[in-house]
Amino acid sequence: MSGTSGTYLGMPAFPVAARDAVRDETLRGNLRHATHTIREKRAKAVAELDDWERLRAAGRDVKERTLRHLDHYLVQLEEAVTAAGGTVHWAADAGEANRIVTGLVQRTGQSEVVKVKSMATQEIGLNEALEAAGVRAYETDLAELIVQLGDDRPSHILVPAIHRNRGEIRDIFVERMGSWGRAAPAGLGDDPAELAEAARVHLREKFLRAKVGISGANFMVAETGTLVVVESEGNGRMCLTLPETLISVVGIEKVVPTWQDLEVFLQTLPRSSTAERMNPYTSMWTGTTDSDGPRTFHLVLLDNGRTDTLADEVGRRALRCIRCSACLNVCPVYERAGGHAYGSVYPGPIGAILSPQLRGTGSEVDASLPYASSLCGACYDVCPVAIDIPEVLVHLRERVVQGGEVTRNGERVTIKPAKGHRGERAVMRAARWALDHPGALRAGQRLASRTRRVHPKRLPGPGRAWSDTRALPEVPEESFRDWWQRTRGGDR
Amino acid sequence: MSGGRERVLARVRRALADVPRDERPRDVRVERGYRRVHGDRTTVQTVDLLAENLADYRALVHRVDASGLPRLLKRLLAAHGSRSVLVPPGLPPGWLAATDPALALVPDREADTAYELDTVDSVVTGCAVAIAETGTIVLDGGPDQGRRRITLVPDHHLCVVRVPEQVVGSVPQALGRLVPGRPQTWISGPSATSDIELNRVEGVHGPRTLEVILVDGGTDV
Repeated sequence: MSGTSGTYLGMPAFPVAARDAVRDETLRGNLRHATHTIREKRAKAVAELDDWERLRAAGRDVKERTLRHLDHYLVQLEEAVTAAGGTVHWAADAGEANRIVTGLVQRTGQSEVVKVKSMATQEIGLNEALEAAGVRAYETDLAELIVQLGDDRPSHILVPAIHRNRGEIRDIFVERMGSWGRAAPAGLGDDPAELAEAARVHLREKFLRAKVGISGANFMVAETGTLVVVESEGNGRMCLTLPETLISVVGIEKVVPTWQDLEVFLQTLPRSSTAERMNPYTSMWTGTTDSDGPRTFHLVLLDNGRTDTLADEVGRRALRCIRCSACLNVCPVYERAGGHAYGSVYPGPIGAILSPQLRGTGSEVDASLPYASSLCGACYDVCPVAIDIPEVLVHLRERVVQGGEVTRNGERVTIKPAKGHRGERAVMRAARWALDHPGALRAGQRLASRTRRVHPKRLPGPGRAWSDTRALPEVPEESFRDWWQRTRGGDR
Repeated sequence: MSGGRERVLARVRRALADVPRDERPRDVRVERGYRRVHGDRTTVQTVDLLAENLADYRALVHRVDASGLPRLLKRLLAAHGSRSVLVPPGLPPGWLAATDPALALVPDREADTAYELDTVDSVVTGCAVAIAETGTIVLDGGPDQGRRRITLVPDHHLCVVRVPEQVVGSVPQALGRLVPGRPQTWISGPSATSDIELNRVEGVHGPRTLEVILVDGGTDV
């Protein structure tokens, strides 16, 4: 996958990365504290709305309507944005998107840009591409700033620095702010309010002089051409209104059909993500407005694996995601392994179904992601657009084990079964044979019953790893079939 | 970039090969069984809920009748120690009639740079609509609100809401009142962040002090 989030190239498979993460006690403590805090708050915020399930169903329906007619809505959106004074660009992959954005920035003659937190630009590695072209990109979201200053990688969709506690954040600010601009104040403590103030002062000078802003968007309204950015700190408003040029890079699945559709998501997104009735700031803009905000607006519509995902009738529901991160916060696996183990900007349950579809299952980490789950279903319960994540996980596991037809870069290809699942396939084949041959099954069951006293507690050979973490079922004295034949269910 | 456009659209269409050709977007059912507004409230109760939810997210809420508005604004600006205040072009002139003569009234001019706005202490605006259930005020660039940046760069925002006529109960009701093409800023409490250990801390880049004034009765003083 050329150009797709180079940061994550060479990531080890999930179990390997997770093993290191669960040994890191500071990390586990930080994650447990943060996810438990937000979990309870979210439940409270959701309980305030007695029609939550109906909002959730409507959100799912709106997204399904959009996805099933995505070409229609993208063309409609393009027309509306263009009519409102914006320019629309289309990028099939990360490399194309980076070239378009780099070219647009270079045409302004500027060598720095301010950025609003955007998953799409992280996914395509835009900052690295700009850097290579001599353009410095400043992240302005507090958590993104912490990640950027710490030369780190994001580990959560909403709070990319969730793996850092206040003490670590203070140290990063003190050590690194000076080399990026205004240094941290002398004697900076680790009180969150003090840290937020340090970020305010550090970024202020960058906002005031910025000529180019780069953003993503939470929603794009096809009928009106309106883009929506939902945020808390005001860094989004700064980037969206102060620069002369605004470039928004947005995944094609972020379109919604109508203005009215926002009434669903503006209720479900804040409560699901930050557990608030409403986030502090939501910006909506339609093309350009005379003498208010940027004079030039470019919208870059990004595919980068989304149409490949769309081509899978089961997997496509992952594209409903509105990036709230509620599924991360309730996931027992995420809570223990942290975001980095997922080897992608999309961690947690949603990442486990999104990354292997956007990037394919060719790499070790992507092939292992569908297994980074206990299938407990907590993610599905909280998802505000009702993505049945466990179902997609099982579907992707099947793809990894059996291979088969998928779409990659717009082409139908047949992928081979992944290595390491041969034993599993052999067992399944044997099971199919046995179930097709009742005589053999009966004989086998009787044999198993008679020898049950000498069965080991653990499997030998290649089965050992499997039985290390699982109890083997106890074989009953008599098989069900024999019992039934003898008693007819107790009648005899 | 027309090559990219055709390529992406062709991929989308190929990916949707399972969707019947004659299916129209409207054929995909959207069940809008959710409420238009939560709970049954009188107008007075709706305004009370707005005040309560604004305060819950740390906005400072004041209630006053129309005749008391100029004196209240004078008092709040003085209490904040403001020496200058940004004034949108269509702000009713009476609102700031009582302020201290030493307070500089700065008009919202296109030519001003962000650096100049950064030297102004406060801004006073009206709003387009306010949402009770979420404690939100919405600005849409109307004459009494001005350009988006004037409510962003100064550290102190005073927003006047005419009650009850500008107050709606819910998000669906607010969207119905707003014009999509206008640039909008929805504000629910002062700037905040949850980025440090997922705890909400007020005061990052936007105005750190948000005061919302609910004005009863005619406000064209």
